[in-house]
Amino acid sequence: MSRRIERALVLGANSAVAEALCRRLAADGAQLTLVARDEAQLRRSAEDLRVRGARAVAVVVLDVLDEARLVAELDHALAADPPFDLCLVAHGSLPDEPACAHDPARMREALRVNGEATLVAMARIALAMERARHGTLAVIGSVAGDRGRAGNATYGAAKAAVAAYASGLRQRLAPLGVRVLTVKPGFIDTPMTAHIAGKGPLWATPDRVARDIFAAVVGGRRVLYTPWFWAWIMRVLRALPERVFERLRI
Amino acid sequence: MGGFRSFGGYPGTPQRVATLPRSLDLPEAGQGGWLAVGCGSSYGDVCLNGGGQVLRTTRLDRFIAFDRERGILRAEAGVTLADVLDLVVPRGWMLPVVPGTRQVTLGGAVANDVHGKNHHVRGSFGCHVRELVLLRSDGARIACGPAHGTEWFQATVGGLGLTGLVSEVELQLMPLAGPLIEGEEFRFERLDALWDAMREAESRYEYVVAWIDCLARGARLGRGILSSGRHAAGAAPPARASGIGIPFTPPFSLVQAALVRAYNGWRWHRAAPGTREVRSGLDPFLFPLDGIANWNRMYGRRGFLQHQCVVPDAGQARRIVEHVAQARAGSMLAVVKAMGADHASLGMLSFPRPGVTVAIDFPFHGARTLALLDALDRVVLDAGGALYPAKDARMSAAMFRHSFPAWRAFERYRDPAIQSEFWQRVTTD
Repeated sequence: MSRRIERALVLGANSAVAEALCRRLAADGAQLTLVARDEAQLRRSAEDLRVRGARAVAVVVLDVLDEARLVAELDHALAADPPFDLCLVAHGSLPDEPACAHDPARMREALRVNGEATLVAMARIALAMERARHGTLAVIGSVAGDRGRAGNATYGAAKAAVAAYASGLRQRLAPLGVRVLTVKPGFIDTPMTAHIAGKGPLWATPDRVARDIFAAVVGGRRVLYTPWFWAWIMRVLRALPERVFERLRI
Repeated sequence: MGGFRSFGGYPGTPQRVATLPRSLDLPEAGQGGWLAVGCGSSYGDVCLNGGGQVLRTTRLDRFIAFDRERGILRAEAGVTLADVLDLVVPRGWMLPVVPGTRQVTLGGAVANDVHGKNHHVRGSFGCHVRELVLLRSDGARIACGPAHGTEWFQATVGGLGLTGLVSEVELQLMPLAGPLIEGEEFRFERLDALWDAMREAESRYEYVVAWIDCLARGARLGRGILSSGRHAAGAAPPARASGIGIPFTPPFSLVQAALVRAYNGWRWHRAAPGTREVRSGLDPFLFPLDGIANWNRMYGRRGFLQHQCVVPDAGQARRIVEHVAQARAGSMLAVVKAMGADHASLGMLSFPRPGVTVAIDFPFHGARTLALLDALDRVVLDAGGALYPAKDARMSAAMFRHSFPAWRAFERYRDPAIQSEFWQRVTTD
């Protein structure tokens, strides 16, 4: 089955992966609604996407932690007719794990950005797609959500919630022809991970990940590990008994 | 960190690399200053700053505006020529000047005032820039162009990235006849037979460049193939991604004299005698080397050097070729092109000037290679020519100062927070 993407709503549009995907959609002449927090950067990206061929680009500036505005703005955008073919939830942050361990406020913020706000956004999108009986809801999860690791337990916990919620929505929406795609990238070389030194062969570019997401949406996939080898790595890691896993230093 | 090397891999000084954020927050000067770098396709050390840090401009990759009627494109400086071509070619426009690779940013094309196979009709890259935005470390934002802020514009075009961060570039594109190149190849038996043919081709073609077999000697000195082409309408040939590439850097150079001799002979003999018509797509004609990913790796860990000079006339160019042939050095890549006199370069430190340019790659074999290139420099110096900084990694300070006499006046425009290994090398005694 092949799905066309003519209208897309992108949350966290300033993220590197979201931007790379938007460029693909723009080149095909798509109509884009971009949601992000940094207004100056968002407006420049919108101009860029217009030059690249987007038929129209609308921007919504908001902080996903402002729940009332998040819901109101999403509902407003989602009332569009014809409905969106794709809604991508891509906002996120990479929390400092030791800081979260010591400071509950930091932990709460990390969980709200990467978990709660993502779920709220998914819920609003699901309602709209349910009504329209149309579209693909794609959300950026992470391989970190497959199994908690010492180095990013908080981030992993939030992403695990995203994966579980996406699974639930998938079951609910499947009979209506609405797809839910959980994207589980491995390491991506983006500004969010710029501080990490010594990036090895497991690191992928945002463009590579965006290409995989595009193909997965068009192909109607449900869960996407990207790049592909992460599916195998995680299959092994998930299968390890806890008493073995706890001894790994990864 | 990050293993950042310039294209030639020499000098392989370790670099501290950071990525410039989109907020354009410039770092504190710190020790050794910083240097903005795009794709790192410069061969030598104009894109290195081992004493300080190197700032990649890869994130400055957004288009700002494109007037499809007038062919005016404005973009951030980290946008590559590949990105620009992908956008504008299907819409009937073309970059008026392209170097031999698409892997160059707009900022890099400005900073090196690059030239192409059509220099005789279009001049260099800077001739087509309408405006630049320059960010200085003191916080000043200078918009300049050929008719406003001219001093800053002339310093920055060809200014090797030293006058500030070039953040935006506005270009005048040229209309494109179509996605094809139609042209001809002319095989010549010796260098002396090239010059008239080249002049004649220039009167008829947009692009003219000659490849020479730099190992041929005696009566065959400088034999080669003259390629000419112009844009033409027609059905676009299918894009073919070769997928060929050199996956890693071997410990030693694969470019060995015997292999080069065999390749050069094969290439020359494969071309039929006389003239033959050719048709091709844009990319294989303009960017043949981009067809082999990371081809520079075949020179091994020690890397390679390119010697590219411009000298006022053909006789002096012949002396360069003679010298290389006698030394039995050089490699597959040896290129000769006449530089036009109609479009003067605008930059204070621009390389393109009227005459003949000769570019030859050399595998790096230590002192032997350096001595040969020094000998070539003396020929260039005697002829009143110049070396191309974007390709250089070793010319003497005296050589640079002699052929770029504006360097001292240029110092006034250099940003005090910016430094490069090249600039240190050619300005400190």
